[in-house]
Amino acid sequence: MSDILDVAVRLAAVFVAFLVLPLVLGQTEHKVMAHMQGRLGPMYAGGFHGWAQLMADAVKFAQKEDIVPAGADRRIFQLAPAVALLPYLLVLVVIPIGPGNAVGEFIDAGIFFVLAVLGIGVLGSLMAGWASANKFSLLGGLRTAAQLMAYELPMLLAAASVAMAAGTLSLPGILEAFHWWWVPWQIVGGLVFFTAGLAELQRPPFDMPVADSEIIFGAYTEYTGLRFALFLLAEFAGIVVLCALTTVLFLGGWHGPFGADGLGPVWTLLKTALLAFVVIWLRVSYPRLREDQLQKLAWTVLIPLALAQIALTGVVKVVIQ
Amino acid sequence: MTGTADVTALAANAHGFLSPAGVEILFLLVGIVTLGAAVVTVTTKQLVHAALWLVAALGGLAVEYLLLTAEFIAWVQVLIYVGSVVVLLLFGLMLTKAPIGRSPDADSGNRWAALAVAVAAAAALVWVVVDAFRATWIDLDGAVQGSTKVSGESLFRYWVLPFEALSVLLLAALVGAIVLSRRDIDGGTKKQPGTTGKAGKADKGGKH
Repeated sequence: MSDILDVAVRLAAVFVAFLVLPLVLGQTEHKVMAHMQGRLGPMYAGGFHGWAQLMADAVKFAQKEDIVPAGADRRIFQLAPAVALLPYLLVLVVIPIGPGNAVGEFIDAGIFFVLAVLGIGVLGSLMAGWASANKFSLLGGLRTAAQLMAYELPMLLAAASVAMAAGTLSLPGILEAFHWWWVPWQIVGGLVFFTAGLAELQRPPFDMPVADSEIIFGAYTEYTGLRFALFLLAEFAGIVVLCALTTVLFLGGWHGPFGADGLGPVWTLLKTALLAFVVIWLRVSYPRLREDQLQKLAWTVLIPLALAQIALTGVVKVVIQ
Repeated sequence: MTGTADVTALAANAHGFLSPAGVEILFLLVGIVTLGAAVVTVTTKQLVHAALWLVAALGGLAVEYLLLTAEFIAWVQVLIYVGSVVVLLLFGLMLTKAPIGRSPDADSGNRWAALAVAVAAAAALVWVVVDAFRATWIDLDGAVQGSTKVSGESLFRYWVLPFEALSVLLLAALVGAIVLSRRDIDGGTKKQPGTTGKAGKADKGGKH
């Protein structure tokens, strides 16, 4: 009985985090972008500095009409937002936030699970792009698929480097093995992983699949109301997942300069928040790349760097044994 | 696989063939769903739906691996097949403007020959697997037999030669793909405008 209760409490905690963190991040993006551009951002909803803006947005989205285009493939069109969103919920379950067993569910091959499930989310964009029966959506879907071929390999290689260093594929296991000097040791892999992750999330400067000034909003052009909100939520949940993963794999997760036991979750959240800020910062400051520029970046910069990181990891690993 | 004969005999005595434990019933149900998805994949006339049913079939297979405690293989299955192969398939379908709705010409005169080959292949596989593993049982309460550690050890200790042979085969395929997609490799640069259908791929291996 207590086992069932334990699992239920953990899953409930993950679900709450899944609902709250993306909203907090969305609000932060509103405010950070605004201040970086010399604006104030939302100021009225909820009173204090517009803190309730996203809830107001949610109410607005819920009131909108849910339109399915006449020429669309109905079922796939309606299924796509769920396919895009659910993988991020599943990934959050296995991310450890503190020492001991402060993790939703321990999985032996955690890295593989995370990367595999994240790959499924892309199917949501592809389904949406094809099923909308709209040329802009189809272009967005095509760009999504092309982008996946560019970032998937460097992302895997960078993650493999950490797994080699730790000698395990499980995320809590990697954190158990972590020492502070891993950060400079794995920094190149970390940068590759983070960059590839940005491309996976279709965030600027890699937002060609949704490029609103070229192809309106890519695969999401035909979506309205709640289904569109689900895609937006998937994007923010994706940022949370990517930042948390980079924290766990490359920045030592719950390890901090002091208070290792009690403050573990605080360090995790702090590092994740810092990375999320960088994601927003990049959106404000970088222009959009072209699809072929991303391919060139991935195949001529990211993959060689990731391979060099793996070689370095192997050499250091052999030397210190 | 590596279990000695007496252990398997003991295990076979302890379990009847297909004794209905919860996990086995679940295994069969998932298997039926997977088979159904696979059949729809090859019979549906909507091209993109076929690719999406393939996702269901491959995902069902991953669940079967999980039920057999082969956790590592299950996630690799999802990562490679669902995450990459199906995305490539969909990419190809989108490039060919796969129409929404039925494609009346999505049919082949070879369907009976294909069915015969599929049935023969399935029969051979089922026969081999049943013959090899009929008396093998997984002890769910004992040490995990499909964890990363166990898979890695058996792969790099007992099966290292097939593994390396496969990697050489894949390397050959990779080199072959690059050679096929590069048009400037024989007799200088004879690039004709208008035949740049594979330019995106060719540039990857060619220019930089």
